[in-house]
Amino acid sequence: MRVPILKQSHYLIASIQSVLSDADLLRLRDDLSERVGQYRSRGVIIDVTVLDVIDSFATRTLRAIAHMLRLRGAETVIVGIQPEVAFGMVQLGLTLEGIGTALDLEEGLAYLDQKTKRNLHVAK
Amino acid sequence: MSPNETRVPITSEADIVTARQKGRSLAVELGFQGADLTLIATAISEVSRNIVEYAEGGEIILQPTNHGNRRGLSIVARDDGPGIPDVAQAMQYGYSSRRGLGVGLPGAKLLMDDFDIVSKAGVGTTITMKKWVRSNAR
Repeated sequence: MRVPILKQSHYLIASIQSVLSDADLLRLRDDLSERVGQYRSRGVIIDVTVLDVIDSFATRTLRAIAHMLRLRGAETVIVGIQPEVAFGMVQLGLTLEGIGTALDLEEGLAYLDQKTKRNLHVAK
Repeated sequence: MSPNETRVPITSEADIVTARQKGRSLAVELGFQGADLTLIATAISEVSRNIVEYAEGGEIILQPTNHGNRRGLSIVARDDGPGIPDVAQAMQYGYSSRRGLGVGLPGAKLLMDDFDIVSKAGVGTTITMKKWVRSNAR
């Protein structure tokens, strides 16, 4: 199932609605990379609240998305990792090093505002 | 074939989702709770992906199991792929894989209580793993 991507001022919000297959995750990566250019977005929020599993493939793909988007000039923040999922990731030794994470959408927006502040200032 | 076993054929990456969802619902029926459900679903995801990556096809067999008065879930991941030449190496955490982080099989072992792998060149790989229902809640 394709993940809807909403534009909210200079940010994009990818709100995952159901469990994702590997192919869905790769499509999300490609869609975001394209949209960031299309909308000249400075930040991207990926909401993973509904995911009940974040395994090694999902972790690797989320990392790849964040790194690709940074190369495209946008910051990424992952929001909504559930406590059980976080526990599972720790057990597996999986990390999201170098990627922003926040509790929920609201905190994610605050994170991006802070991260992109300097860039916006320079843009003026 | 045991009457209460569930078989999920694994031929493409879409089947990984089916396998972990069936595993999770069987785990709920068996009385697993909270984080254990996530650990089980994640372990199924890792062993299923191993089948998709390295074998033409295979299956996940889920069934309840008992040992003494312990109840648990048994998960068998079977494929008729090329087999793993060096199982010890494949079970090293961080050892490379094509698409993952080298975490797949050793990761699944970390998530489960029992883990056994048998692989034979030209015959395939069978992974048997179990998790036991904890008597006291987390």
